[in-house]
Amino acid sequence: MINRNPQLDENGVLQHLLTTEGLPASILLHILDTAESFVGVTERDVKKIPLLRGKSIFNLFFEPSTRTRTTFEIAAKRLSADVINLNIAVSAQSKGETLLDTVNNLSAMNADMFVVRHAQSGAAHLIAKHVRSDIHVINAGDGSHAHPTQALLDMFTIRRYKRDFHNLRVAIVGDILHSRVARSQIHALTTLGVPEVRVIAPKTLLPRMVERLGVHVYHDMAEGLKDVDVLMMLRLQNERMKGANLPSAEEFFKYYGLTPEKLTLARRDAIVMHPGPMNRGVEIDSAVADGKQSVILPQVTFGIAVRMAVMSILAGNQV
Amino acid sequence: MKIHIKNGRLIDPKQCIDAVQDIFIAKGKIIAIGAAPDEFQPSRIIDAESLIVCPGLVDLSVRLREPGLEYKATLESEMEAAVAGGVTSFACPPDTDPPLDEPGLVEMLKHRAKNLNQAHVYPIGALTQGLRGERLTEMAELNDAGCVAYGQPDGLLPNLRVLMQAMQYASTFGFGVWLRPQEISLTNDGVAHDGEVATRLGLPTVPVCAETIAISNIILLAKETGVRVHLCRISCAEGLTMVRAAKQQGLSITCDTTINHLHLSDMDIGFFDSNCHLMPPLRGSGDRDALRNGLLDGTIDAVCSDHAPVDEDAKLLPFGQSEIGATGVELLLPLTLKWGNEMRLPLLKVLAKITSDPAEILGIDAGHLSVGSAADICIFDPGYYWKVTSSAILSQGKNTPFMGMELPGGVKYTLVDGHIVYER
Amino acid sequence: MQLPDAELLYKSLAKKIQSDGGKNFSLIGIHTGGVWLAERLHQELAITQPLGMLDVSFYRDDFDKIGLHAQIKPSEIPFEVEGAHILLVDDVLHTGRTIRAAINELFDYGRPASVSLATLVDRGGRELPIAAQYTGIALELPVDKMLELKREESGKLSLNLYDKSIPE
Repeated sequence: MINRNPQLDENGVLQHLLTTEGLPASILLHILDTAESFVGVTERDVKKIPLLRGKSIFNLFFEPSTRTRTTFEIAAKRLSADVINLNIAVSAQSKGETLLDTVNNLSAMNADMFVVRHAQSGAAHLIAKHVRSDIHVINAGDGSHAHPTQALLDMFTIRRYKRDFHNLRVAIVGDILHSRVARSQIHALTTLGVPEVRVIAPKTLLPRMVERLGVHVYHDMAEGLKDVDVLMMLRLQNERMKGANLPSAEEFFKYYGLTPEKLTLARRDAIVMHPGPMNRGVEIDSAVADGKQSVILPQVTFGIAVRMAVMSILAGNQV
Repeated sequence: MKIHIKNGRLIDPKQCIDAVQDIFIAKGKIIAIGAAPDEFQPSRIIDAESLIVCPGLVDLSVRLREPGLEYKATLESEMEAAVAGGVTSFACPPDTDPPLDEPGLVEMLKHRAKNLNQAHVYPIGALTQGLRGERLTEMAELNDAGCVAYGQPDGLLPNLRVLMQAMQYASTFGFGVWLRPQEISLTNDGVAHDGEVATRLGLPTVPVCAETIAISNIILLAKETGVRVHLCRISCAEGLTMVRAAKQQGLSITCDTTINHLHLSDMDIGFFDSNCHLMPPLRGSGDRDALRNGLLDGTIDAVCSDHAPVDEDAKLLPFGQSEIGATGVELLLPLTLKWGNEMRLPLLKVLAKITSDPAEILGIDAGHLSVGSAADICIFDPGYYWKVTSSAILSQGKNTPFMGMELPGGVKYTLVDGHIVYER
Repeated sequence: MQLPDAELLYKSLAKKIQSDGGKNFSLIGIHTGGVWLAERLHQELAITQPLGMLDVSFYRDDFDKIGLHAQIKPSEIPFEVEGAHILLVDDVLHTGRTIRAAINELFDYGRPASVSLATLVDRGGRELPIAAQYTGIALELPVDKMLELKREESGKLSLNLYDKSIPE
């Protein structure tokens, strides 16, 4: 009943990008290295290269997200691929067509790659398992499970500013429990050899046994941020701000929001990251978000290069 | 029809028999064991050389999906599957559509099942009308129609006041109440055990305390009302500790677990295998080991298949959206044998868990091979290993975490009331 | 078979370019061998414009067959391509497909006044209408062999012949 990693073929070649978990460091680094050369392309006047000319990439968004969809679209277009955007509302799904029906119909339209966003954990795995074997699947976020391209662009950003992963202290702050970004970050960081990964959150926003993922748990910002090189803030979803997870956004900001004062607890050259979109005044203070140590905007730029790298590596890995 | 089963190794846990002995059947009953009665002229001789002859199996939970859910399975397909698995008596839960809350529905089910001339069906009636947890059903009427106990479906316990009154009412007539302990308010949209696997996969969880809190409530109410309680599908070590203590206090309480929980843990979910989407969820390996030992020491009284055929489309969905359940009535014997083999137990002890012990919980005269009793018999080859495949399984549901595995125990003949209802 | 000495070929190539008024060129080497040659030429011809480098991986036409190379070097053209007289430098000219990819990429940076090509070895076998203006030597080689330029730690260049495993 134990299957091999469904992202790799029998020769260990990447066929789908579904999660950062279980991928060897060599594959993660190959993606980062390839992305470096795409950064050069994105800085030129003509930002388009003919690599994926004639390929059809379908953006299948079962959950609305203009932002992520746009970055994938730009990345695909810069590679000269044809991009088809499909926002498949949940209501259309409940009208009878199952997830796999939708996917099979689109496969018949000669798709080469699916970029999938879905509210259910495991949706991208399911599609990758049942899709025609020459189609590559990129997980653009599934439930609370994984968001590997976001984590990879975060790794790219860290390497740009900190060069080496092997001497870093990294803290991930906020709603770990519901965050697919956090899970993918944790797996990528530990695989790339970061010796100390911390998570900082109240107990209501931490999953059980999270320390088994190789992280140190902190509930207090003052302790958790001490001597940290990289701060990765998470977005707090609106629906979590009031209710049984948290009493209020205000109290969360007071104890877990990143303010200039709390930032001084980290190393002086620490960088601050956020996957966006930010809730200013909830998880992060504007003065920090727009401050000297923030690398939030470069993250967005690098995101396109990283997604170009993932798409071109997958498209080049023929079955 | 007169049948002579010869040369078989007869195992009857209830009478503590494990010996090579012949059985003689006439008019649907066992008329002799050992020596043939005078002038016995069998119309059929079954040579059971190197085979086990044991009581027909008794399964505490088989969903037939009738009435109402025939696209998942039909009475015909599942009854056929049951006897192919050596099961001759089983209880079916009330969560059909409509639920088994009226005598007419129960009579219809019994009638339909009887006409098929296969296994005996023992319906569990609904404890509350429409299973809504508000008003009691006519339990005494339902009993007359053939219900053997009263229950609620998975995860839908009534509020404590209604539950207490339902228990009081049932105990008035000496009826048993069957409940799967799970506190709804702690379940939410949970689909997996609250452990490392769910954390890695980002799946919403059902914590262990959802089960233990419900067990605690049920035990206290059972004490209060004096009702006979059967706890269905215990999944965690802590729950087992509580049941053990309650039993030691002399409470009239029994419990079962499933073949799935006996062998699997949350690790088996792997990469979102929806065949492992079960309720209660597959728990940690420590819980699984506790269940295996609990079944051995008698804290768990019986093991059931928790048979739930699901159509393929309903499983081809993301884990959390896929339908709960696994097909299993044909795997009850193989997986119980596998447990026994792994625990190095004598067959006499192993088979008790799927024959005499569940029959006692159901309160039916079955699960034993006594002279004069109905000839419900399972004959199987304990050394035969077969591969679980879609075509090997007769149930309309092909959904099982054990797909592709080799399991021991091939049923050769199943007899119900002296008729050979299955042979291969 | 006896291969010519790469160092001698380089000298003859440099001489040809020099005698043609090489100074006015903007130099672009094609990764990897072409960059080594271009670095030397850049120094030897005392060209003031900084040196450009191209990795044509993203412009290749055999991506569908071989995918992306493990190590891609970023392309870097640190001067204005628009209106420049560009000399592309590569080690071996064969089918012409690499040069096609390089010209395509070059035009994504701007419109040069002219593009010329210098190559250490022209081994024939052209599949596209491309020719080098400056050539170290023309060689006939078996089609199943691959010719590659190597650089030792000392910087010394040499030619090596392999059995073909990856098409150019």
